[in-house]
Amino acid sequence: MSSNETYFDPYASSRETTEGTVYSVTGGDWDQVATEIGQNKEERVVVNMGPQHPSTHGVLRLMLELEGETITECRCGIGYLHTGIEKNCEYRTWTQGVTFVTRMDYLAPLFNETAYCLGVEKLLGVTEDVPERATVIRVMMMELNRISSHMVALGTGALELGALTPMLFAFREREKVLDLFELISGLRMNMAYIRPGGVAQDLPAGALSKITETIKDLRKNFKDNENLLVGNSIWMKRTKDVGYLDLAGCTTLGVTGPVLRATGLPWDLRKTQPYCGYENYQFDVITATSADSYGRFLIRVNELEQSLRIVEQCVAKLEKSEGSPVMISDKKIAWPAQLALGGDGLGNSLEHIRKIMGESMEALIHHFKLVTEGFRVPAGQVYTAVESPRGELGVHLVSDGGTRPYRVHFREPSFNNLQSTAAMCEGGQIADVVAAVASIDPVMGGVDR
Amino acid sequence: MSDINSGSGLFGVKGSGDTSGYGGLVQQSLNQGSSERPYGSYFDEVADELERAYPLFSDAIEKVIVDRGELTLFVKRERILDVAKILRDTPTLRFEILLGVSGVHYPEEKGRELHAIYPLLSITNNRRIRLEVTAPESDPHIPSLVEVWAGNNWNERETFDMFGIIFDGHPALTRILMPDDWPGHPQRKDYPLGGIEVEYKGAVIPPPDRRRSYK
Repeated sequence: MSSNETYFDPYASSRETTEGTVYSVTGGDWDQVATEIGQNKEERVVVNMGPQHPSTHGVLRLMLELEGETITECRCGIGYLHTGIEKNCEYRTWTQGVTFVTRMDYLAPLFNETAYCLGVEKLLGVTEDVPERATVIRVMMMELNRISSHMVALGTGALELGALTPMLFAFREREKVLDLFELISGLRMNMAYIRPGGVAQDLPAGALSKITETIKDLRKNFKDNENLLVGNSIWMKRTKDVGYLDLAGCTTLGVTGPVLRATGLPWDLRKTQPYCGYENYQFDVITATSADSYGRFLIRVNELEQSLRIVEQCVAKLEKSEGSPVMISDKKIAWPAQLALGGDGLGNSLEHIRKIMGESMEALIHHFKLVTEGFRVPAGQVYTAVESPRGELGVHLVSDGGTRPYRVHFREPSFNNLQSTAAMCEGGQIADVVAAVASIDPVMGGVDR
Repeated sequence: MSDINSGSGLFGVKGSGDTSGYGGLVQQSLNQGSSERPYGSYFDEVADELERAYPLFSDAIEKVIVDRGELTLFVKRERILDVAKILRDTPTLRFEILLGVSGVHYPEEKGRELHAIYPLLSITNNRRIRLEVTAPESDPHIPSLVEVWAGNNWNERETFDMFGIIFDGHPALTRILMPDDWPGHPQRKDYPLGGIEVEYKGAVIPPPDRRRSYK
């Protein structure tokens, strides 16, 4: 401190470096620091935002170089949620991999599971053998998941810009979707419900009527948020023309999902490269032309309704296929038992236990082998992609012919989209960073994996 | 790749004791030769167009593999930058989006231990292909594709972080997920998974990488 040599401010220290004096400010007497910094002609102010900042949408660290309120350079620091899931998968069976990958993008677990299982099935060459009912359940669960994920995107996005009420409404609706997940899979998130060859268990009794009821509820209540935000002049001033990224920017940066569709390009893998029988459903691809945060917001709002439409069609299909199998018939791949709810919770069905312990030696061997060792997957590599709420979620799987994956790599849309933060923010105001990052909707669990 | 990955029997049993009934199956090796034409689907067209646009095609492409409805072009690492530019810019090819790079480590494949795999997407033609480039562990250099697709920046940093592949020409090749001072590259096969023994009701469960392995 030049004014008083003996005084040391723990919140605003300074130190000499080869590039001149560096001031670190974490609070305290801002006036004093500002005066001192002001004396230097070549001032550079670097502000660190996060990783524990409530507006950075997760444990994301942003390093912003400022000139006044304008950002001259923006960098992201990631890796705080790195869990080594990809490495871990190499030490478990192919089926156990589902339990890992569901934890990557924790707001869209069913997309991770489906993308992974589609990859495993493609490696096994059994894509066509997955039962129709299982595929329809997958689609229904994914679309419900898209709703819950978009609800978080809208709710936290609004919260980060200072609007509290939309968050309350969004989480209220999300809770209803999570209740459905709990009813169907037993868990609200990280369900490991979708398995190679089908799904872990069939829908419980009464699930379809509950879903129909919830759809009605959601459709009515989505209006609450729409009425609050769509056309709201404050909301539009915070998001319109903010975080601009045009089509050329999107393609060179590999940005997909709502950010890409906000440039007017109707690129949605569900339509362009259908998987899970999406070509059999009626829905629209929502686009916007403004290429800004507001456009992305509108896309998410309108995709909710499209997802509801798909869920309704799934329910109609599922009503017709009541009782048909939800796991592949090949006993060398299929998980040996469907789960059943017993007196002590969810587990193997008692009927299955009775059969393998009392009646069929072969069934017991199969159960033992599949559970402890897993099935073998022919050597080779595949890349499968699904349209997650954030864009193209790709899975690159390599098998060496063993019972464990040789390599599992997830091409996470959050990871790729987050890269565009600098392109969206540099030259803009510091307050707009929050709006831009929220419009990308990165989920750090997916970014870092 | 050596035959380490080939084997027989569904559950990998040796000698007698096969109860699965699949003991007669022979597992194919991961190492495949080049696929024969016609490749099927749009793959022939892509290969033809690339050959037309790129005079050094036969020199640059080591082999072409069509497997499970996917096309993989093995490209020599010296030529990957040229091939990438042509795939992006030729009007009939137009692979606008590079979906990152995924590394794979094959310690048994001497001289080609490290693989970098690039999935490409063409929005114009609604097509996908994959490029694969190899590098020896002793010289883990592959040209960076950031100048062709800027979005590969973070992906290359991740692959460097996890596999130690050095992407020459990358603007700032630093670790991205692991801490800056982390030793080693975690996704290589010789890097241990780690973990500790867990005791539960008197029994000790070893960490995953030291458990009994089925193969």
